[in-house]
Amino acid sequence: MIEATGLTKHYGRTVAVDDLSFSVEAGRVTGFLGPNGAGKSTTMRMILGLDNPTRGRVTVDGKDYRSLHKPLHVVGALLDAKWVHPNRSARAHLQWMARSNDIPDKRVDEVLDLVGLTQVAKRRAGGFSLGMSQRLGIAGALLGDPKVLMFDEPVNGLDPEGILWIRQFMHRLADDGRTVFVSSHLLSEMAQTAQDLIVIGRGKLISQTSTEQFIKDATEDTVRVRSPQLERLRELLDGRARVADAAAADGALVVHGVEPSFIGELAAANGITLHELSPQLGSLEEAFMQLTKESVEYHAADADQATDARPIGSHESAG
Amino acid sequence: MTLLAVERIKLFSTRSPWWCMLLALGLTIGVTAIIAANWDNAPMPVLGAVFTHTFGLYVIMVMAALAVTTEYRFGTIKSTFQAVPDRISPMIAKAVVVVLLSGLVGLASAFGSWGLSWVLADDNSELALTTANDWRHVAGVGLVFAAGALLALGVGALVRQTAGAVSIILVFALVVESVVGFIPNIGDDIQKWMPFTVASKFIFGDPDPSAIPEGAGPPAIGELSPWGSFAYFAGIALVIYVISLVVVKRRDA
Repeated sequence: MIEATGLTKHYGRTVAVDDLSFSVEAGRVTGFLGPNGAGKSTTMRMILGLDNPTRGRVTVDGKDYRSLHKPLHVVGALLDAKWVHPNRSARAHLQWMARSNDIPDKRVDEVLDLVGLTQVAKRRAGGFSLGMSQRLGIAGALLGDPKVLMFDEPVNGLDPEGILWIRQFMHRLADDGRTVFVSSHLLSEMAQTAQDLIVIGRGKLISQTSTEQFIKDATEDTVRVRSPQLERLRELLDGRARVADAAAADGALVVHGVEPSFIGELAAANGITLHELSPQLGSLEEAFMQLTKESVEYHAADADQATDARPIGSHESAG
Repeated sequence: MTLLAVERIKLFSTRSPWWCMLLALGLTIGVTAIIAANWDNAPMPVLGAVFTHTFGLYVIMVMAALAVTTEYRFGTIKSTFQAVPDRISPMIAKAVVVVLLSGLVGLASAFGSWGLSWVLADDNSELALTTANDWRHVAGVGLVFAAGALLALGVGALVRQTAGAVSIILVFALVVESVVGFIPNIGDDIQKWMPFTVASKFIFGDPDPSAIPEGAGPPAIGELSPWGSFAYFAGIALVIYVISLVVVKRRDA
């Protein structure tokens, strides 16, 4: 379990993290969400004792990271896949890390196998693709078989195959009962990976809830209906729900505030044929941008290009 | 002990330390060989075999600085501190490994130079290591390399950048220490206390009278005895190294 209380970090005049308090529950995947520059990486570095907080405190299993003995057995972390000497072989890199925490050499081969790098273990890490570097970093995080795992933007810059692999790997880790704390600036990515969300912007906590609750609160669900008897349906819905015409050529209604089943039953009871009845999940990205709009560090000149509600599942292609 | 193994793996699993060691040995022994082969007219003194040790010293100091700065350059220092968060023990382990290795390279380069001089010099009647001073001239190189490496580790950990650390070390040793002598009135007095100048007195100072032909030889400046000179040089190295430990412990990694 990771617990932060009043965590604050100043770099000169810049406030990177501002009075941040949160807790990461054991045995769950918790997403750490925020726009670029929100202070996610700084927070993670403070968790690992790499940066010293200006104020406040963060503990892992109730202890300061810097007081942990052989910490690789407690927390495994991948903050930057490029923290490897480019002329050192993947195996040598893992070997020195293992040795520092009295982890047997046998385990190095195990984790190499686990992430599928056995074939290239003797090659210099500098020649690795980003995906391979990312795997090497994960292998390093797993060396001590820790209960807590931390990843900073693990899918950033990966191809779809790499993203899928990381996503599935994280689910496997969580299924093992491990605590996974993973940061991202993409809500759509987190929606598929994390059970809980900690959302920050400009170093401040915006919300800490379950992912489900966050999406429910942040988005409004609508239903899209198409029918040859659209006008009749509109009359029937009048007063029961808020109705808007969808894009003109479409010949569809967008209904707010009622369940799809309600519309279906209403149509059946009145003998109306339906050609389409589809629930729309409000755009996650839109909701996220709404929430963090105030706290994005650098605005583009016109960042307000709100996107329309998209059908369920369409956000899977994002990221 | 395990941390020593860690630092050993780190040092020897990259190429630059190997190149530095080879270069240190090659430069020192190679140039000495040229000197020895051309030493005519008089018997070659023991000091003549170690004139060039400073070349190797600079190279070995670059190696020691690199051992720290590359960790910062590639971010492995963060992995190191993540694995051993007290920070001090891995830095000490690194110092032990690098200092020991540098001492060994120093010994190898000095005895290699001396051995090759013995073979190449026309007259090696004065080259035998007969007195304690003779031994200090040659074996002392190992100590100077070791202390120099410690100094370079400290500078490297303070500066964190390869280019910065290497320039500071080389510019200080090669330029500042000689230029300082040109300051009017006080220049000579300051120069007498410059660390590398003092270190060379440890190697070259108090030769046995017979070893120096016609009073010639490298300068041995300084107020201290040869061993006092070494203590001074090693002391400065240790102070800078300890300061670097304190800074590393406090600073954000």
